[in-house]
Amino acid sequence: MSSDDVNKGRRRFLVATTSVVGGVGVGLAAVPFIKSWMPSAKAQAVGVPVEVNIGKLKEGQLLKVQWRGQTIGVLRRTPEMISELTNVEDVLADPESVEADQPEYVHGEQRSLKPEFLVVNMHCTHLGCVPQMIPQVGPQPFDDNWNGGFYCPCHKSKFDLSGRVYKGVPAPTNLRIPPYSFLDDRTLMIGVSPQGAV
Amino acid sequence: MKKLTASLFITALLLSAVSTTVSATGGAGVEHSGANISDTASLQRGAKWYVNYCLGCHTLSYMRYNRLAADLGLSEEMVMQNLVDSNAKFGDTMDIAMDADQANSWFGKTPPDLSLIGRSRGSDWLYSYLRGFYKDETGGWNNTLLPNASMPHVLWHLQGIQTPVYRQETSESGFTHEVIDHFELATPGTQSTQEFEETARDIAAFLEYVGEPAKLKRKGVGIWVILFLVLFTFIAYLLKVEYWRDVH
Amino acid sequence: MAKFASSLSKQTGAFMNWLDDRLPVTSFWNAVMTGYQAPKNFNFWYYMGSLALLVLVIQIFSGILLTMHYKPSAAEAFASVEYIMRDVDWGWLIRYMHTTGASFFFILVYLHMFRSLLYGSHKAPRELLWVFGMFIYVALMAEAFLGYILPWGQMSYWGAQVIINLFGAIPKIGEPLTQWIRGDYFISDATLNRFFALHVIAVPLALMGLVLLHLVALRENGSNNPDGIEIKKNKGADGTPLDGIPFHPYYTVKDIFGVGMFLILFSFILFFWPEAGGMFLEHDNFVPADSLVTPVHIKPVWYFTPFYAILKAVPDKLMGVIVMGASVAVLFFLPWLDRSPVKSIRYRGLWYKVLLGLFTIAFVRLGLLGMAEGTPAQTWEMRIWTLVYFMFFVLLFFLSPRGKTKPEPDRVTH
Repeated sequence: MSSDDVNKGRRRFLVATTSVVGGVGVGLAAVPFIKSWMPSAKAQAVGVPVEVNIGKLKEGQLLKVQWRGQTIGVLRRTPEMISELTNVEDVLADPESVEADQPEYVHGEQRSLKPEFLVVNMHCTHLGCVPQMIPQVGPQPFDDNWNGGFYCPCHKSKFDLSGRVYKGVPAPTNLRIPPYSFLDDRTLMIGVSPQGAV
Repeated sequence: MKKLTASLFITALLLSAVSTTVSATGGAGVEHSGANISDTASLQRGAKWYVNYCLGCHTLSYMRYNRLAADLGLSEEMVMQNLVDSNAKFGDTMDIAMDADQANSWFGKTPPDLSLIGRSRGSDWLYSYLRGFYKDETGGWNNTLLPNASMPHVLWHLQGIQTPVYRQETSESGFTHEVIDHFELATPGTQSTQEFEETARDIAAFLEYVGEPAKLKRKGVGIWVILFLVLFTFIAYLLKVEYWRDVH
Repeated sequence: MAKFASSLSKQTGAFMNWLDDRLPVTSFWNAVMTGYQAPKNFNFWYYMGSLALLVLVIQIFSGILLTMHYKPSAAEAFASVEYIMRDVDWGWLIRYMHTTGASFFFILVYLHMFRSLLYGSHKAPRELLWVFGMFIYVALMAEAFLGYILPWGQMSYWGAQVIINLFGAIPKIGEPLTQWIRGDYFISDATLNRFFALHVIAVPLALMGLVLLHLVALRENGSNNPDGIEIKKNKGADGTPLDGIPFHPYYTVKDIFGVGMFLILFSFILFFWPEAGGMFLEHDNFVPADSLVTPVHIKPVWYFTPFYAILKAVPDKLMGVIVMGASVAVLFFLPWLDRSPVKSIRYRGLWYKVLLGLFTIAFVRLGLLGMAEGTPAQTWEMRIWTLVYFMFFVLLFFLSPRGKTKPEPDRVTH
């Protein structure tokens, strides 16, 4: 073994090339393994849009349905509830829902396609508990000036009846709004945006 | 040189050992189908035949409509209008609403799910099976590949009715028995012989695809994987040669 | 740029010093890789060991992913495998890796063992290395058998039925033993569930421990080589063997090339021929397990067929099981049955070439006959080859001390 005529540059180049190509190979081989963790075709089939009949929903009543394993709340708001929404804005963290995860077609204080119906993902944006709806206006053990809304028992986050988060609570953003649309006056489709909307 | 002769000798011996045993798969009566799952049009026709004639009894309970649409180049509307005859959703599997008890009383057993028949039997067998129905002496349906099968010939009005012509055959041990020599078309069907062969081939291809939908994809992926590995191996070879100059 | 590179290498060096003070990384690397002297005349046969290790890694990774989607219950197992094949993203690829890997594991291990017969790698001082290797082989057979039941197809079910009933041949305890293995009076959910546990954790753990022992034993005496002479007998002035080269970089780069060649072949099967004509994945196993219908032609997967043929060759149930067990057990004693003064086939006389040739043909023929339907003529042929199989060991024992040998060279040849 003589080290005189060893072409060190060529060796270094070949070691580097083999390492890079081999590394790329290992990386590419990892892709199928990683992708196999994504929701399967079966999970996607179960996660298809859900039809909800809202014909029998009374004013002030909250209906909970499951969509992709999430609890989706459908609240038929009374006119008083809707008018109350403007009164709480100064205690809210994001009244315009700038930071919120919601479709383009719901906006403003009502955060809905029809003001009467709030469709909201009930899971708290803090750590995923499901808040309780406490619609009564008046002092509560957790808040002396309660205007009605959602209260999370896990870590005391508070939201109004549009799912907008209060200031000074652990939840960082407003409750999420899933894509939804109305098939007709009595039927709601959760998981599908209205025709032409994003 | 000696080494080479020795290894050649051993290889030759092994090859001769291998060559004499391996029995042909398929068995008697199985003809080459020519089914080709890369032929999308054939798969589409096969899907249509299957849904119209077979799905009434035989579920494909591992096959999803949306996968079928994606692989066969069909739109959601086309599939929902032409292939889905129940209140199934696009992402559902191809099941049927047939009652198991009812099936039992009609056929003596529940017709099997055919999701994997393309893998356990192969397209050649299916092609031959579909063409192998005939009316025997009892006046009932029989099949060359599956004698006394409980399944009736659901495609008979396409193919027509075949009756067998027998010939005598003497076996090695000296017994004579009757075997089917060929078929005669007693009643012609709506399709010509060639057209029916085409139909059987389409259904066989469709079932081969349903047996392993990934088959359409894996060969395409495989080419790229192997090309990449050839590149890698070539570089690794240069690396090995470079280092081994020290040794040689 | 150069300045940056030198500062980077300085920092790497500092980190390695820090690490070496706490963990023997560099000294370990030196001991087993750069400082380990391997014979310089390895040929094709010496790729198999490192490739088998690669396949073990492939099996572990693909296996872990499969357990995430597979359901070990009689009601759901078959459907969950199809779920992997169809609904899981790239699930088909992961499963085919595992099924193709299983067969390739055996191909490599058989070639690896054959290498030992060629060059006498099992002979002193490497007897334990061979024995650990045999334990790996037996563990691998158990692992393959346990894994084969999991898809819960017809061949899974009836194959397990046949193999478990072999234990029933043992007098007195046979019947209760089979019930204990199955956890039921027939192969059922309980059987599947425990086989799953054994397949995914118990046997793999044992396998990895054995592989470690195998490697430690290998490094203790160093590799044998095609000439079968000890390179440590010829040392240079600096104390390193004259015919040795550092394992790293020379054999690492060679093995990387081997890995590339192997993966091309492996991928070809995986992507273009995963069933291997019914050898790697059997047609009848795409039919769900049915305890009421026995498939017409039951046979084990190809890597078990030589031993299955030996079983079938013996016309008595208990004797068949004993002879089959003996055909595996005898391999453990190979280091002591082979009493030849030289190791490599290159320096043994014609007698050994004929013996080994016949043994190889017997093994391959038995494998093929084990797959066949079994005509009376084939049964007689199986008996002849079974006899040849065992005669190899008997004749080896008696011929090896006195068989003709050629003088071994002092140094390895090229």
